[in-house]
Amino acid sequence: MEAVKADLTLDLKGLLCPIPVVKMAQAIKTVPLAGIIEATATDPGVMADIPAWCRTTGHKLLSMERREKVINFVVQRVK
Amino acid sequence: MEMAVLTAPVRETAGEPTTGTKVSMVVLSGDMDKLIAAFSIATGAAAMGMEVTMFFTFWGLQAIRKPVRNGTGLFGKMLGLFLKDIDGVGPSKLNMGGMGRWMFKKMMKARNVATLPELRQMAIDLGVRLQACQMSLDVMEIKREDLIDGVEDVVGVAAFLENATQSKTTLFI
Repeated sequence: MEAVKADLTLDLKGLLCPIPVVKMAQAIKTVPLAGIIEATATDPGVMADIPAWCRTTGHKLLSMERREKVINFVVQRVK
Repeated sequence: MEMAVLTAPVRETAGEPTTGTKVSMVVLSGDMDKLIAAFSIATGAAAMGMEVTMFFTFWGLQAIRKPVRNGTGLFGKMLGLFLKDIDGVGPSKLNMGGMGRWMFKKMMKARNVATLPELRQMAIDLGVRLQACQMSLDVMEIKREDLIDGVEDVVGVAAFLENATQSKTTLFI
């Protein structure tokens, strides 16, 4: 994965549904357009929920990967 | 050691846009589990940019009620003794006189799940509109001032239906 410089790093570890998407919705407003959020989570539900949140809100999911229990994903603000 | 890396499929195609679409809910239940579901969906929908309205009626009013004794007549006062606030409601099964509520709270805390009062506050902060049913307030002898400040309005069925017909998703919980 290419290195991207995050405007915001978000720690969502230990948080369960629906808090990760709620925190993303709040956080995305704090970065500028085209800004990048790099987040870490542990709830396996985010593997389905964050892509769905991106598809429906229009923000771009740049990458998402899970290593053992930790899930890292990168989202770019589109609008 | 090699670690298993699981990559989620990054679908580029946009889903059905949710921003600006409406969700309306009738919340009839005053059970802890059903209220958790209602507020989780409401906060999730608000996080997806949807406009959410929750219409609380009958037992659901406990979710937006202050911890006060209400009721004016004999029956109303009797009912007031049994009504809880959002922190006091128990699960629909296995409540066992409050033990179930205690157990669920412990289990949820251990897993760091948001509590019902936290979920409700989050819903208010995200702009979810909380409405109370006028008729049930009257029947159950609950006054407007017995409801929390986050309640936007007290309305009837026509107002709810007007909102529901404009919604893409309507839920009855």
